[in-house]
Order: sequence, then C-alpha cells, then structure tokens
Amino acid sequence: MANVASTTASAGSELTARALREAVFSGLITLGLFVLFVGLKTDQNIRNELILTQHWVLLAIFVIVAMVGRFLMVAYAQPWLAQRKAAKAAAPEVAKEESFFSRNFSKIAIVALVLYPPVIIALVGVQGSLKWVDNFGVQILIYVMLAWGLNIVVGLAGLLDLGYVAFYAVGAYTYALLSTYFGLSFWVLLPVAGLLAACWGVVLGFPVLRLRGDYLAIVTLAFGEIIRLVLINWTEVTKGTFGVSGIAKATLFGIKFDASKDGFAALMGLPISSAYYKIFLFYLILGLALLTAFVTIRLRRMPVGRAWEALREDEIACRSLGINTTTTKLTAFATGAMFGGFAGSFFAVRQGFVSPESFVFLESAVILAIVVLGGMGSLTGIAVAAVVMIGGTEILRELTFLKMIFGPNFTPELYRMLIFGLAMVVVMVWKPRGFVGSREPTAFLRERRAVSGSFTKEGHG
Amino acid sequence: MTAPLLNVRGVETYYGNIRALNGVDVEVHRGEIVSLIGANGAGKSTLMMTICGKPQARSGSISFEGQDITRLPTHEIARLRIAQSPEGRRIFPRMTVLENLQMGASLDNLKHFKDDVEKVFTLFPRLKERQAQRGGTLSGGEQQMLSIGRALMARPKLLLLDEPSLGLAPLIIKGIFEAIKKLNKQEGLTVFLVEQNAFGALKLSDRGYVMVNGRVTMSGTGKDLLANPEVRAAYLEGGRH
Repeated sequence: MANVASTTASAGSELTARALREAVFSGLITLGLFVLFVGLKTDQNIRNELILTQHWVLLAIFVIVAMVGRFLMVAYAQPWLAQRKAAKAAAPEVAKEESFFSRNFSKIAIVALVLYPPVIIALVGVQGSLKWVDNFGVQILIYVMLAWGLNIVVGLAGLLDLGYVAFYAVGAYTYALLSTYFGLSFWVLLPVAGLLAACWGVVLGFPVLRLRGDYLAIVTLAFGEIIRLVLINWTEVTKGTFGVSGIAKATLFGIKFDASKDGFAALMGLPISSAYYKIFLFYLILGLALLTAFVTIRLRRMPVGRAWEALREDEIACRSLGINTTTTKLTAFATGAMFGGFAGSFFAVRQGFVSPESFVFLESAVILAIVVLGGMGSLTGIAVAAVVMIGGTEILRELTFLKMIFGPNFTPELYRMLIFGLAMVVVMVWKPRGFVGSREPTAFLRERRAVSGSFTKEGHG
Repeated sequence: MTAPLLNVRGVETYYGNIRALNGVDVEVHRGEIVSLIGANGAGKSTLMMTICGKPQARSGSISFEGQDITRLPTHEIARLRIAQSPEGRRIFPRMTVLENLQMGASLDNLKHFKDDVEKVFTLFPRLKERQAQRGGTLSGGEQQMLSIGRALMARPKLLLLDEPSLGLAPLIIKGIFEAIKKLNKQEGLTVFLVEQNAFGALKLSDRGYVMVNGRVTMSGTGKDLLANPEVRAAYLEGGRH
C-alpha cells in the first residue's frame, strides 16, 4: 500500500501528458484547418492583380487558443465534469420544489414585456428608445410569433414545414397590395391576410397529405420558393424585385401616427417623434403574439389540438381511433399559416416596404431553427430561443468594440450565421430536445403533474 | 342464428401484385370471442387491417351490422365502433397514459371519459399507477394494456386485437387474456383476436379460424381446434405456452 500516493501522482502526470498530447494534436488540426482560411488570403490590389496577404500572427493566435483550450478541457474541465456527474449519481434524488420564478415564468415575462417600452423611455429617453423598442422588441416579437405559428405545424402536428415563410409573404403582400390598390385599412386587412394565408395553407396541405418527414420537407421547401418566385415575376401586380413601397401605416382607432395636427403626438400633447408609432407597433405585435400563444394553449386542450399531437406520434393509430387525419393535417397547416399571415401583414405595416428579398429560404430556416432550439411544442422554450437567436444577432451590431481588437474592417454582423450555427450545435449536443424538452400534459384526473424531464427519452419497448 | 356482427366474405387483398388474402370468409357474432391463428406471414394481420380499411380489399365484401364497410376510409370504420389494438400496440409514446386514453375517447368527445377511465383502471390497475407517465416509458405489457384500454375508451361494439401477446412474458400474456375474457363475460364485448400464440388464443375463444397462405383452412370451436391433430401438429406441439 505504499505506492498509493505515487499512483495518484503518476495518474496526475499521466493526465497532464495526455492533455499536452491532445493540445498538440488540436493545434495541428487548427493549423491545417485555418492555414488557407486565415493565414493566407488572396486579394485584389488596386491594379486588379491578385496578391497574397499573409496573417501569420492571427493564425498563431488561432492555434494557441485551440491548444490552450484543449489543454484546459482535458486537464481540468473533463475531470471536473466527471467528478460532478459521479457526485450527482451518488446523491439521493430529492424532489426539487420549483422556485417562484420558474412557476410563474410566463406571467412575469408578460408583465415585463408590457412594462418594457415605458421603462426603456425612462432609461434612455423617447428618441433613444427607438432602437431598443424597434430593433430588439418588435424584431424579436415578430420571430416569436412566427415561431409560435410554425410550432403548431412542426411542434404539435409533427409536419416538417421548410416553406413557412411563404405564408409570411402571403400576409405581407396581402396588406401591401390591398392597401395600396384599394386603400383598405390595416385593421380590415389583418384578418383578410390571416384568412388568405390559411387558404394557402390548405392549398399546400392537399398535395402533401400523404407525405411525411423528409419528403414533406422537400415539397414545402419548393412551395416556399414558388411563392417567392411568383412574387418576383408577377411584376404587373407585385412590382417584382422592386417591391411595394409607401405602404400605409396602421392607425389606433383612426388616430394617425404622423406630424399632422390630429395625429397621435398632437392629440396627446407630446413632442413629435417617430418613437410613438414604434411603441404602438410593439404593443400590436405583443398582442398578436400573445393571441397566437393563447390560441395554441387553448387548442391543445381541444379535440383538434389533441388530434394534432396524436398525429405527430402515430398516424396509423390515429386513424384506427376514428380521427380523420386529412382534416387534422389541413387544420394544422391552415392554423399555422394563418398566424404566419398575421405576422406578415404586421411586417408590411412596420416596414412600409415589402420585397421578395425578405422572404427567402433562410427566413424559413431561422424560424424552424428557433422552434427546434426552443424545444418543439414548448411555447416558453421557443420564446427564449427567439430572444437568444434574434436578440443575439441584433446585439452583434452593437459590439463595435470588437473593431478595436480585430481591426476596423471587422463587421461582427457577418458572423451572424456562424454563431447561429454554433449555437445550434451546442444546444443540440447539451439539450437534444431543445431548451424546454419536457412537454406539459393536457389530461388530468385530479392534480396536475408535469412529466419530468428524465422521462422524455424516447422508448420503444 | 342471427346475422353476424362482422361478416367477411370472399375477401382478396393485394400488396401491389402480391396476393396476401385469397378469398377469406370469416364471421363474428355478437358476444363471441373469435380467434384467428396461423404462422408468420399467413395473412392474419392483413385480414385485420383489411377489416379496418387499410389496405382495402380488392374483391369480396366486409359488412358490419349489415352495413357494407369494404370501401369506407379507416376513420369512418372506427366511428362505427370497431375499435382496434393494432399490431405493435402503437400507443402515443410522448403522451401520458391518461392522454392516450383520452385519444381513445375522441369519438364521443370525452362525454363518458371519467366513467370509462375508471373502468379501464379497474381492469388494468397498473395503468392507474402510471397514469401521469409517458406512454413510451411503459413496459411492453403495460403498453399492451394501454393499447387495449385505449381501444375500450371508444365503447366499441367489436374489439379487434392484433397479436396482444407479441413479445410479452407468459405471466403477462395470461393476465391480458384473463382481462379479455372478463370483458367478454361481464360486458358482453365481442372480440376478434389474431394470435400466433395458438394455445392461449384457442383456449380463450368460443370459435377459431386457422389461416394458411392467405386462406382459411379450418374453422371450429376453440375446443375442437385445440383437440384437432393437424392443428396440434402445426401450431401447438413443442410450443406450448
């Protein structure tokens, strides 16, 4: 037993040796990966000649970061994680009482959102609030609403839809075109946009009734592209790639948000500012998003919502229980599309300008990514994912101090998709079912019991 | 004898060009337990699925309570109160036990939900213990109970069971068969059962059919078939459960 101490010591040095070895390997891999991306770069000089710029210092930084990171990971992080896991397994399972915050999360979040504009104005003033209310608030809420709408199709009914942005486009163009050509108001066209989008949802639904999974995804992807290409090429009506501009603003009970003497600012005796309209839009999209959530929650407790969830689980079993899978699928497509249409008409009224460029496949992908990251079916998780993803990309614009580190040519927004993808990979590794992986059951006999996260693994036994 | 509840006449079903059923005649009367036995690939499950309308029979007819259901879509057949516990159980894995049962009661829009749930829980007390658990986390036997329970929630006139004993331990199979017997005796439920476990099924049944290569080759009372030397040789000897 004399060699116990020496064993631990040799285990420690063995670990260090392994960490060093792996650090060297990852350094080599990094070198190999980045030598052509970072170290050498072809560029054109002023005489249009191809020149080779070299960034050896930057490449060295990359390699060193990778080596140090790997060393710390192997030598310290991994043993620490293993230790914690062992401690967790050894500790007896204790029923954790949910904290007040997590129990009332959605209520707190709604109150916070309602108070958001006044708080921002109090903090940074009316003019300064523009950026925070519009770029962060409205922008994020649009994506929350879109993701909640798509959640009905993908999260509840389990129908993988890669062309959701098509309904967004239908809603946006419905408002843009009908208001410019016929002068109809936003409040009339909002339900019309939802209705038209729902109709297109059914149109898409019919041909794909028999498809599932990958095949469905391909057809919906194509559908999204068709809508976009129609918008580009039907120039007499949609003005093609030029888009529709000068779209009328929304009014609040007939009160316009402009500088006229019966405009909102004048009536309220406030100084003229475009911020009021943005705040109005913020509450409008908040209301629309909450409507989406409310409808989703209610539908889940109704026969059609339960049928959607059952359909996601097992279509054959659904049929054998007397559920008409055709109408169930079509209602899912139509309902999801309707909310996409609402969001679209809101988008048009907010931008005052729509063009096919806003409705590319990437938008569908982003919305779908938010749904998947949030945890399919979970409204809270999706909202959190939208805040992280869209808010995160907006924050990238704010990180001007990075220019000091990486030079004046560095534009952090360009790394948006890289970070988006990285976040996606990280979340899927750590939480394969999204931020909120557990699903809230809808049937109870007596007390409400959430299905704990540890039961959410798939079982087929 | 009165007209049968379920009457299958000369049914032929194809998968593409392959004929899976070759003129099958089966009848099930009210209050009976009828079993259909046969080897792997004999067409037992195909018959079950044909009754449910997926796939539909290419020729022949299927009628239920005198109504022709050969060409009805599956969900309409289910609405006539033909409930099915499909092969492989097919419960909803991410939904709780209670939600699974709720799906079974979709036809009446949960009108009798509470009463019927109590009935299912009396029949399968295990499900009551596990009511808030996700279906996919149940054991095989519990999933089978849930599958039958879910079918019962529709207040069926005819219960179709496709291989309820598949992949289960003998003791659990016995429990499930006893539950079926109890339902039949107490509620007068009509049951049509497809089984590979010929001994258990025939012992339970009033009548039985033997299927070979898409044809019904033998029929008779459960007792007669159990005593029949051909049946014994083909399905029972060496494989008694």
